Amino acid sequence: MLDLLHATWLYAQSHAAEFWGALADHLLLVAVSLSISMVISIPIGIWSSRGQRTVVIDAFSTFRVVPSIAVLFLAIPFFGLSRTSAIIALTLLAFPPILINTDAAYRTISPAIREAAVGMGMTAGQIWRRVETPLALPVMLAGIRTATVELVASATLAAFIGVGGLGLYVVRGFALYDISILLVGAIPVALLALFIDLTLSGVQRHIQVSV
Amino acid sequence: MSAIRFENVSKQFANVGHTAVADATFAVAEGSFVVLLGPSGCGKTTLLKMVNRLIEPTSGVIYLDGQDSRAVDATTLRRQIGYVIQQIGLFPHMTVAENVAIVPDLLKWSKEDIAARVDEMLALVDLPPAQYRDRYPAQLSGGQQQRVGVARALAGDPKVILMDEPFGAVDAITRIGLQDALLQLQRRLHKTILFVTHDVEEALRLADKMVVMKDGRVHQYDTPFNILKNPANDFVRELVGADDMVRQLGLIRVEAAMQPLPPDFTHNGQPTIPQDSSLRQALSLLLGDGVTTLVVTDGAEPVGVLTLRQIQRYRE
Repeated sequence: MLDLLHATWLYAQSHAAEFWGALADHLLLVAVSLSISMVISIPIGIWSSRGQRTVVIDAFSTFRVVPSIAVLFLAIPFFGLSRTSAIIALTLLAFPPILINTDAAYRTISPAIREAAVGMGMTAGQIWRRVETPLALPVMLAGIRTATVELVASATLAAFIGVGGLGLYVVRGFALYDISILLVGAIPVALLALFIDLTLSGVQRHIQVSV
Repeated sequence: MSAIRFENVSKQFANVGHTAVADATFAVAEGSFVVLLGPSGCGKTTLLKMVNRLIEPTSGVIYLDGQDSRAVDATTLRRQIGYVIQQIGLFPHMTVAENVAIVPDLLKWSKEDIAARVDEMLALVDLPPAQYRDRYPAQLSGGQQQRVGVARALAGDPKVILMDEPFGAVDAITRIGLQDALLQLQRRLHKTILFVTHDVEEALRLADKMVVMKDGRVHQYDTPFNILKNPANDFVRELVGADDMVRQLGLIRVEAAMQPLPPDFTHNGQPTIPQDSSLRQALSLLLGDGVTTLVVTDGAEPVGVLTLRQIQRYRE
């Protein structure tokens, strides 16, 4: 076991420049797809939270069962073996957790709080900015956290269509049947996911209000 | 001029067979405490919410200070009207001070004025500002939260305050305390208060005048005493328990029934009762102490005497 980790360490050291490049690619894939996903799914989530029924949310929940690797391969005929295909697949992957949590966050604000706000003469914009959004933020952030962790793990798939990221070492280790190379990708991905999860849950706790 | 005047106000909700409020016409005098009383579904809350336009009437007009309430835009109107609801609706992410500051802030008062106003309001509802200003709603008891709710409604210095079953969710003892506090506030500030409740005791206790409603209609609008004495119909009689003599006695002050001090009066140990107590309290004291005469006092000074016979005579 220790030998294996030692071999992994040596491989990473001998490919240092390549490793840092792969890490940067990985983070870029995550950052870009997360940003696009947030820009699209947060407004949809807010909009759907105002409706009586959860049609949009149900649709996306269903969509959730489609494996991301399938989405990745479905994008290839349109965008080729490109970074665009990878980003589209990852963006779609991040939709459901952000959307579902955004909807729930705004939907579950107590009607009494809204009624008090309207009754005191706050405008719709003031209610949204000063009351609803601060109250929704912790639950929304929980969705973003889930999405980010999923993205960090799933971005390894990008290497299967040759657009880099830490999945590079997973693919290479698998091809050469060398577990030490596989771990050069797998260990940083796991640590990265763990680190992001802990950081965001810390932030979430910080902004959480007791009701 | 009346603070609030309802003129043929009706409300018919879409997709609902019955009329929520039917042709309500009455006026609320400035500085008076008016209670809307009725069973649930009688339209009292709908009527209340039409005042600050959370619900718009289907027909009829509501005048505030003589002005048609639709003449100004709804948010402007609401900032001039205090509003307290049963679920309180404090904003959980804001401190007590920030909650109370909402309307003054919407009215664009200066920071200093707002800070001073917040402290003044908290002191008014018996929550020492230094101790409560920076707490969050979740750190307060239900009764304290509703005090903050009342402070928040008063903060913008509205002339009219609407209260929708504000004490419905607190326990009986806390409720009495809150009612007392509200009565004292009302005597000091002379706000016009419109108060919705389905609790008859609460209504009798608080109201200068009561609006008794059922099925969207106003059945009687009068002082609690007159309603108990001359209920307009059987529904009102039953609802308010007009046949309950003890209840009627609860609304008559001792000074109305007492006799002046006899010339040879000497106070030798009879129990005393303040002159603004009710005859119900006097009766309970007479029965409890097993005496025949009470000495009525104004402060510490004896001003009259009261016997069981006088209470009986007053009833007739």
